[in-house]
Amino acid sequence: MVNTGDTAWVLTSAALVLLMTPGLALFYGGMVRAKSVLNMMMMSFGALALISVLWVLYGYSMAFGDDVGLGLVGDPAQFAGLAGLMEDVTAEGGLPPMAFVAFQCVFAIITVALISGAVADRARFGTWMVFAGIWATVVYFPVAHWVFDFSVDDHVGGWIANGLGALDFAGGTAVHINAGAAGLALAIVLGRRRGFASEPMRPHNLPLVMIGAGLLWFGWFGFNAGSALAANNTAAVAFVNTLVATGAAALGWLLTERIRDGHATSLGAASGVVAGLVAITPACNAVSPVGAIGLGAAAGALCALAVGLKYRFGYDDSLDVVGVHLVGGLVGTIGIGFIATSAAPAGVDGLLYGGGADQLWRQVVGAVAVGAFSFVVTLVIGAVLARTIGFRVDTEHELSGIDQVVHAESGYDFGSLGGAGGFRPVPAHQSAATEEVSA
Amino acid sequence: MRLVTAVIKPHKLDDVKTALEAFGVQGMTVSEASGYGRQRGHTEVYRGAEYTVDLVPKVRLEVLIDDVDASDVVDVIVKSASTGRIGDGKVWSAAVDDVVRVRTGERGLDAL
Repeated sequence: MVNTGDTAWVLTSAALVLLMTPGLALFYGGMVRAKSVLNMMMMSFGALALISVLWVLYGYSMAFGDDVGLGLVGDPAQFAGLAGLMEDVTAEGGLPPMAFVAFQCVFAIITVALISGAVADRARFGTWMVFAGIWATVVYFPVAHWVFDFSVDDHVGGWIANGLGALDFAGGTAVHINAGAAGLALAIVLGRRRGFASEPMRPHNLPLVMIGAGLLWFGWFGFNAGSALAANNTAAVAFVNTLVATGAAALGWLLTERIRDGHATSLGAASGVVAGLVAITPACNAVSPVGAIGLGAAAGALCALAVGLKYRFGYDDSLDVVGVHLVGGLVGTIGIGFIATSAAPAGVDGLLYGGGADQLWRQVVGAVAVGAFSFVVTLVIGAVLARTIGFRVDTEHELSGIDQVVHAESGYDFGSLGGAGGFRPVPAHQSAATEEVSA
Repeated sequence: MRLVTAVIKPHKLDDVKTALEAFGVQGMTVSEASGYGRQRGHTEVYRGAEYTVDLVPKVRLEVLIDDVDASDVVDVIVKSASTGRIGDGKVWSAAVDDVVRVRTGERGLDAL
């Protein structure tokens, strides 16, 4: 008999985490201009569609199959197609394997979707989908194995979780540093948008951004508290830490803005929420609630300062995947080395709690390894795609709006006149072809 | 006949409309507009980056009126649209050759 409480919580958490990706689509979609909102949201929905399929076919097996050597990647064939996981082989009081498969699948999806914020307004949708599949296969599935696959009995897992012993409860390295570094690489490969840093590129719908941030916060309870993989004390501690770090981060971001720019903005509040969620992700089982407040506040302030760096260095990380996810992920992952407390479920003391630098160096090595691997491999994937099938849309299409060119749709129709014009149930080029055939 | 056109602050529309109705104006056309004059635009801040927004929202109001009332209507609009602060807008009037009421085909002053 499975543990029904744990199973219910993990399946619920998986559904919560799935909702984060549509939430991210809203968060990102509101930040771009009206002419590319659909393309922005489609990159997230494309990840939802593609990665769920790849995960079942071989992704889960690459991440959680038996290690093929050095803790680098799992055996892709072992659970290909989730073979053997449908039988009820659960140990008494355990979690069905499929519940874990579902929970980890939605992590893979959102990690890929996060990257899309770095390439807003200018990426070809087809190339983005090819990139998403390759990136998940070459970067995410292996890194999930490094970080999340613990060795149990005769199963051998990944090197960061088992050999190095860096703490990453819910994905500060595997999800956020990973996606942030990939976003930086892809922003460099694609180059800046036309008019970057000279023309105004105002967010077209801040209420969408705030709804998206709210959905992300809501779903993130599944992400973090669900990572306990049980309905237990660790889940509850992670839940409260996730709640309070996020509040503190929003305060940190807003205060930084108020002091520097003179205004506390709604985009700042939404961004602070996400920065706090990112930072507490790896640390939510390792710090005290007061530690979580400190970690969140630091992440909010540091990310608010970091998002301006792209103008200084000249890379167009359009929606600040680097400034929020890479920086926030580093704050959380390395922060564990300082403020972890053995009173928390992880049971480790950081530097400030008398644990010395032992945990700190492990955290730094884990963060740097994932970040460097992701950055370099993403540069290569992106550059190859850009030189073969092409990654950017034409300049003219970028300027006129990617939605109409790539998706043949408009995000909004507010005017009472609509678009005027005509209508035909079958597109012109198809009906013309039919006529030729019949003639 | 004259066409009086006013570009005013959106929140003054109700005051202007009420004042024109009190004066006896029978109809008007209102549309949303954007633009700038001496006030220029304003600045907004997104994630610490400052955006100058040149085009600010305005309301464009048009009234067709008999020649004899034209300057009074202009005065009514100016008075009711004024806040005394920069960005209150402009009012102008121009000669109109002909006006036709679509329903009846009446022309000229009868069509007003």
